[in-house]
Amino acid sequence: MRLRTTPALAGVAALTLLTGCGAADMTKQASPFANAQGAKTVTLSVQSWVGAQANVAVARYLLEHELGYRVDTVQVDEVPAWDALSQGRVDAILEDWGHPEQERRYVQDKKTIAAGGDLGVTGHIGWFVPTYFAKQHPDVTDWKHLDKYADLLRTAESGDKGQLMDGSPSYVTNDKALVENLDLDYKVVFAGSEAAQITQIEQFAKEKKPFLTYWYTPQWLFEKVPMTEVKLPPYKEGCDADPAKVDCAYPVTPLQKYLNADFAKNGGDAAEFLKNFKWTTEDQNQVSLMIAEQKMRPEEAAKKWVDSHGSVWEKWLP
Amino acid sequence: MATITAAPAEPAPPGVLTRPAVRKLLTLAVAAAVLVPLAVTQWGGTTWPSVLTVDVSGPLGKASDWIIDNRDSHPLFLYFFGHVSNVVVIAVRAVYLALLAVGWAGVTAIGALIAWRVAGVRLALGTAVAFLACSLLGMWVPTMQTLALMVVAVLASVVVGALLGLAAGLSDRMDRVLRPVLDTMQVLPAFAYLLPVVLVFGIGVPAAVLATVVYAAPPMARLTSLGLRGADREVLEAVESLGTTARQRLLTARVPLARKELLLGVNQTIMMALSMAVIASVIGAGGLGDRVYQALASVDVGAALAAGIPIVLLAVVLDRVTGAAGERLGESGKSPLTWLYALAAAAAVAVAGRFAGLLEWPDGWQLNIAQPVNRAVDWMTAHLYSGIPVVGGTADWAAHFTNWVLNPLRDGLQWLPWWSVLLAVAALAWLIGTWRTALTAVLAMAAIGVLGVWKPSLDTLSQVLAAVAVTLVIGFATGVAAARSDRVERALRPVLDVFQTMPQFVYLIPVVALFGVGRAPAVAAAVVYALPAVVRITTQGLRQVDPAAMESARSLGATSGQQLRQVQLPLARPALLLAVNQGVVLVLAVVIIGGLVGGGALGYQVVFGLAQGDLATGLVAGAAIVCLGLMLDRVTQPTDRRPRKGA
Repeated sequence: MRLRTTPALAGVAALTLLTGCGAADMTKQASPFANAQGAKTVTLSVQSWVGAQANVAVARYLLEHELGYRVDTVQVDEVPAWDALSQGRVDAILEDWGHPEQERRYVQDKKTIAAGGDLGVTGHIGWFVPTYFAKQHPDVTDWKHLDKYADLLRTAESGDKGQLMDGSPSYVTNDKALVENLDLDYKVVFAGSEAAQITQIEQFAKEKKPFLTYWYTPQWLFEKVPMTEVKLPPYKEGCDADPAKVDCAYPVTPLQKYLNADFAKNGGDAAEFLKNFKWTTEDQNQVSLMIAEQKMRPEEAAKKWVDSHGSVWEKWLP
Repeated sequence: MATITAAPAEPAPPGVLTRPAVRKLLTLAVAAAVLVPLAVTQWGGTTWPSVLTVDVSGPLGKASDWIIDNRDSHPLFLYFFGHVSNVVVIAVRAVYLALLAVGWAGVTAIGALIAWRVAGVRLALGTAVAFLACSLLGMWVPTMQTLALMVVAVLASVVVGALLGLAAGLSDRMDRVLRPVLDTMQVLPAFAYLLPVVLVFGIGVPAAVLATVVYAAPPMARLTSLGLRGADREVLEAVESLGTTARQRLLTARVPLARKELLLGVNQTIMMALSMAVIASVIGAGGLGDRVYQALASVDVGAALAAGIPIVLLAVVLDRVTGAAGERLGESGKSPLTWLYALAAAAAVAVAGRFAGLLEWPDGWQLNIAQPVNRAVDWMTAHLYSGIPVVGGTADWAAHFTNWVLNPLRDGLQWLPWWSVLLAVAALAWLIGTWRTALTAVLAMAAIGVLGVWKPSLDTLSQVLAAVAVTLVIGFATGVAAARSDRVERALRPVLDVFQTMPQFVYLIPVVALFGVGRAPAVAAAVVYALPAVVRITTQGLRQVDPAAMESARSLGATSGQQLRQVQLPLARPALLLAVNQGVVLVLAVVIIGGLVGGGALGYQVVFGLAQGDLATGLVAGAAIVCLGLMLDRVTQPTDRRPRKGA
């Protein structure tokens, strides 16, 4: 017995020595990999869609080349990103599509996250069918007639119902509740990721097959595969308050920026710059297209945009 | 619910195979005849009766909310978890900064010199080449992040595992308590370990390290206990007769006698830790796994490969070096002086590297493989993917496999009444094992129903069954070929070696390129992952068949086909059963990870839970995975279990 207690005691002693005897707040721990070599570092959360990559690429380029920061990017899904932001593992989210629950918890109650203002881009989520399909069957663009076309939209994964294709499990979506509450003969099938969803859409489009998909604007894919929105029951303030009872369309969302509260206060030039960062849907789409369509590296695309839009970004610098 | 097998059942006496089997089935049939009508009248329908489910998502959601709200104020977090988390962060950071400070030249030199001292010149060269390749692919920093996390996790796992093993090795009572727990932990898929730690620690490095420790410590504990218990009685008695104290006996005789097992334990722990450290990128481990994970999310095969190759290299090098260290154990001729020289040389290289500015790998020396690989993949998708006359493309195969095998299987399983599934599980488990294993299996299956995830679990089960069937057909065929021809075996060995050391995550990369996204690629990855173990066990089993039996069969004029069917295969039955068991366990692990590439079902729910921060969904799915793993293991469990491969 003595033999086992000695190392255990030593371990406890070492642990106490290492950490001090006081309380340890694990919500204020940075990543062990951050600030590695004494540089001023900003950590940005980059989400998996291209528009978000465009924001981060331009912000990163300017922070590095105009303000002398070192920028780390972390890819975290949307909801965990809020948690990471409140803990300071991430300094800023540049494009948020609306998470009222998290906003209440972290911004209003705990005050660990500060609002960073509008991004300037307006986002909208909806259900879309390809325009070639909408032209053949103009009435498909109203949700009331969707059941008529369920047969045409069947796939191996959706079984005997029509397929409503969703992308990444991490995106903002009410689709399962919508299908249920509007009593539609459809099944929500998750492609697993946005990239998989895009691949699938492109394959459908190549064969001119009909499909129904969760999609959003602004998005570069519209340039390649024109799509028409299906009208859902109109959005009214508060109709999406209870996630299980949603029966209306998605709102039109002015996309928001959020900063870690400490960073917003003590982040110096970087925080100031990120608060000022505001551009238009066209600007974002330009960069997105360069990344997604022309397969440029994000930093190259950012450089190209920055070189030709001095008047836009000079206002952001503190 | 599980009353079907609660019927009184005596452990079958050892004897002729057929009689106890018949008796077991009869008992089961009688029990079923009584209980099934009862169950059906009470709760009919094919899927699990909703009356019998317990909705745990509410309480779980509340627990998760409570944790988030109290994480910065409750004493339990401030004074316990907070410190644990702190120690992990500090330790990983220290190792990481040390690795960065030494620089790539230094790390490569030190790695090579250690490999040279413990394992010889060839492995030293291999180590150096592996590290250089990591840098060449532009993955130096992620590799160091993974390495830093690994170092901390492996040290912690070895300490924890050794302490547990020591306890189990010295005390019979501890052994009885620990053994079933450790046995079970070894068959659970890595993915199931992620959620509980995330619930407490949130996404990030501490959670990743702790999940890795929980996953990697059991083999160390098992092997330590095994080594201590396996020590030669006579030696121990001799030592005892010298009048030593219990402590002296342990330190001078039992531990040194067990060092082969201890080193094997370290080797297994390292391999499992690497496998887990990569999967843990889903919960924010960062490093190489993160690159693979993100690349998979955007179906960027080239980028995934660039991060996957360093993982494979790291795995192969670590496995070989620790393996060689175990084999060379006890050889004399290692003087401390050469160690000193080696250390000095390594330090010199590190310092030289520092002054020459070789801390960070020069940008110009990077090899960008992502673009050429993606071009190749694009070409493949354009030409091989679909519409090739006669054979069809890979995507067509995937679609056919989904339509003709996976869908009917899934629909069939979901069409079966719930009680018949339980009955089938009971019958299978009892025929192969004891009434205890049967009871565990049925209870596990019933628990899935109670948790309310009956349908997705059967979906996952259908994928597992399809993958196992394919694995066994290919595996047994290859195994038979390898057992009958030395040349085939020799050609296969290096391939199997490499495949067995690769972490589960890596298998997802090529299948996405070939089969796109969906259930078929998940199944394909599982088959590839489980094949090496099945082939190896089959080959060994067939080769160990008593030569005298073979000889007498030959003298009776049996053809080689008859020999195989009537002598070799029946005699190798235990090995074949073990192969089935291993195949099932390994397949399940990867089918679950397939949730990342569109595998759906339980794996997807775990991913969804993590992505949406909806831990209730994820935890329920995680518990169901545990139950499914338990059930599958018990149903296929041969009475005599051997240590499993450490991947």
